Amino acid sequence: MATSPETYIIAKSESGKAPGDVVESGNEAAPGIARHDVKAVNAKDERSLYAERVAIHPKRARGTFRNLKWITMALTLGVYYLTPWLRWDRGPALPDQAVLIDFEHQRLFFGPMEIWAQEFYYVTGLLVLASLALFLVTALAGRVWCGYACPQTVWTDLFVMVERWVQGDRNARLRLQKSRWSTEKIWKISLTHTLWLLISVITGGAFIFYFRDAPTLAQELFSGTAPYVAYLFLGIFTFTTYALGGLAREQVCIYMCPWPRIQGAMFDDHSLLVSYRTHRGEPRGPHKKGEPWEGRGDCIDCKQCVVVCPMGIDIRDGAQLECIQCALCIDACNEIMDKIDRPRNLIAYDTFHNLKAAETGGSVPVKIFRPRTILYMVLLPAVLGLMAYGWVNRSELQVNVLRDRNPLFVRLSDGGVRNGYTVKILNKRHETRNFRISIDGLPDAAATPAINIVGIETADPEIAVVPDDLRALRVYLSLPADTVKSLKDEATDLTFVVTDTGDGSQTRRTTNFRRPK
Amino acid sequence: MADKKRIDDVTGVETTGHVWDDDLEELNKPLPKWWLYVLYASIIWAIGYWVLYPAWPGINGYTEGYLGYSQRAAVMEQVAAGKAAQAKYRESIAKAELAEIKSDPDLLNFALAGGKAAFGDNCAPCHGRGAEGFKGYPNLNDDDWIWGGDLAAIEQTIRHGIRSPDADTRVSDMPKFGQDQLLDAAQIGDVAEHVLSLGGNSTDPDAAARGAALFAENCAACHGETGSGMLELGAPNLTDAIWLYGGEKADVVESIKTGRGGVMPPWHTRLDDVTIKQLAVYVHALGGGK
Repeated sequence: MATSPETYIIAKSESGKAPGDVVESGNEAAPGIARHDVKAVNAKDERSLYAERVAIHPKRARGTFRNLKWITMALTLGVYYLTPWLRWDRGPALPDQAVLIDFEHQRLFFGPMEIWAQEFYYVTGLLVLASLALFLVTALAGRVWCGYACPQTVWTDLFVMVERWVQGDRNARLRLQKSRWSTEKIWKISLTHTLWLLISVITGGAFIFYFRDAPTLAQELFSGTAPYVAYLFLGIFTFTTYALGGLAREQVCIYMCPWPRIQGAMFDDHSLLVSYRTHRGEPRGPHKKGEPWEGRGDCIDCKQCVVVCPMGIDIRDGAQLECIQCALCIDACNEIMDKIDRPRNLIAYDTFHNLKAAETGGSVPVKIFRPRTILYMVLLPAVLGLMAYGWVNRSELQVNVLRDRNPLFVRLSDGGVRNGYTVKILNKRHETRNFRISIDGLPDAAATPAINIVGIETADPEIAVVPDDLRALRVYLSLPADTVKSLKDEATDLTFVVTDTGDGSQTRRTTNFRRPK
Repeated sequence: MADKKRIDDVTGVETTGHVWDDDLEELNKPLPKWWLYVLYASIIWAIGYWVLYPAWPGINGYTEGYLGYSQRAAVMEQVAAGKAAQAKYRESIAKAELAEIKSDPDLLNFALAGGKAAFGDNCAPCHGRGAEGFKGYPNLNDDDWIWGGDLAAIEQTIRHGIRSPDADTRVSDMPKFGQDQLLDAAQIGDVAEHVLSLGGNSTDPDAAARGAALFAENCAACHGETGSGMLELGAPNLTDAIWLYGGEKADVVESIKTGRGGVMPPWHTRLDDVTIKQLAVYVHALGGGK
């Protein structure tokens, strides 16, 4: 609104007239009453800069892809709602929930797997895998994720299903929307919203069950004794589910989600995208019984593809940002094609390449192996292998040796030198383990430095680390004067050997010993 | 924009009327309404915030808000909660002997953590963050102690200081042999050479031999006949590898000339008993404790 009418006039009135009081000579509304040459800022013919959302009432589709979407919905919702209730026995000290993000124990439980907070890189790896898989399917078949499996799509679908069950299909819903308020309208609309809210509460509830023992939390929630954050997050996720799935719907995909903007770089001319085959469909128009099909397109402009679209677009306009490629228009069109006895797949999964070739009567086979898909196909198992390797070789014991930096070394009164270290032993097993610390790797003359551990007086002590716990020890190594002199370098490598006295397994950590110049 | 609606030829969309570089125009693409509603919602939120939380500055203060929240009070609460959580340990430490603290793993951990913090706040400026010391400020990691390195001695030193105004301070006073003309420059050189020879670092055996007699006469009373020092008098051991003011001949000559003598303040006037005990345990555990 940079140039409102007023400022426009102020800019013109440089002849010394006061702004806001611009009266053109001889321009009077009535004798003696000046007529201001202004226009109301919010005059009626001013277009609003904010667009009202026009509700979309998708019609129910029937067919292969609709069935695929029903199955995906059942699977994804089933997994989401039921997973927290799966049990997994881990002994008395630890929770028995199969999938649990446990803040109390700072761990992520996933069946037999246990990921500690400092091992979060496994989750990063999982996200990398998910991204690669997403890139791969997008390169192959466009926005498969958006169309079938994205929570936004699944819950919107679920909410539309509820809406249809209460209010009827598209036409009935449109009629209801336009009708005056009546008892019928009130109860139908309130029932819809009540059911939506109910689903939202269950959705938010399922989410928090992932963070606390589900049966216990369920009891706590009903008896009002659950922690305050549980209610808070239940509220947040209830609200987001209701608002995004019930009210915002397609606007989430169009305005909020970054993925539609990125997808353009993810697929290419060889990707299978939901497309209207212009060469077959055009010129479109209504078809009368008995009229020949020669010289016209197969599209009879029945707009079934438009009314089933949950995004409210016309697929015949070509590829567009709003299209989530749910393929419902394919189902709708095929149903019609069957009825008018024309071949199916006027709208179908097709590549830009093939569509272009079809204009001149040719066809191009689908090319699955292209540089980018090959790259994703190679990277996926590579990352998976790397993670599996890391997991298999994951130790149930973590040893860190941190060398003191201040002071780097301490000169002793007899001319010897002492270095300080912090040794951290993390026992990931569910039983107490005992360890001995020894030193290895120094040159022969210096093979055995004196080891002192702060707080432990006995020589060569057994150090107990309780289950699932970290023990930090201050360890001092001292070498006598002669030995120090025999060390060639200012810093000599040495190895801390932490031996489990139970099974004899050793963990080695290399650090160094420093002497004065 | 308002009075001149223009429709862009290519897109068929209305423009905002802004033109840059002669022909670059902006299409008027309306924002969705819900976007606007989010703006209104945040305005309402802001008003709620003003009512509940501190918001507006005034001349003599500010609007405190219905909840009476303040970050300072929240921090004070946290500090108080921390103090309360520590109380159990602090009481035990106040009652316990130093040796008991050292042998109880829980108390030891607490003392080390508290000692480390107190050391950083109070001792590090002179002794260094890692207690590594500087010239004239002893390294507390090593096993050479001028006033004793057992727990009690360390606590005593921390409590009353060295050459401090405190009545119970530790005091030693080495004569300024050069400045007070008790010895001449040649004699000081000879004594220094003898002192170096005690640790096997002399390069001039003749001078060291000459200095031996002077040492016996002037220095042995405090440092001992063999130069191994005396804890009771705070006379450093001259035979070991650790030199508070440097082990070169010039350093030793300077020490004999001026007598040296650093000062450490008494801490019992500034720190409570528990903190001093924690510090003693911490310093003792640095590696050199006896």
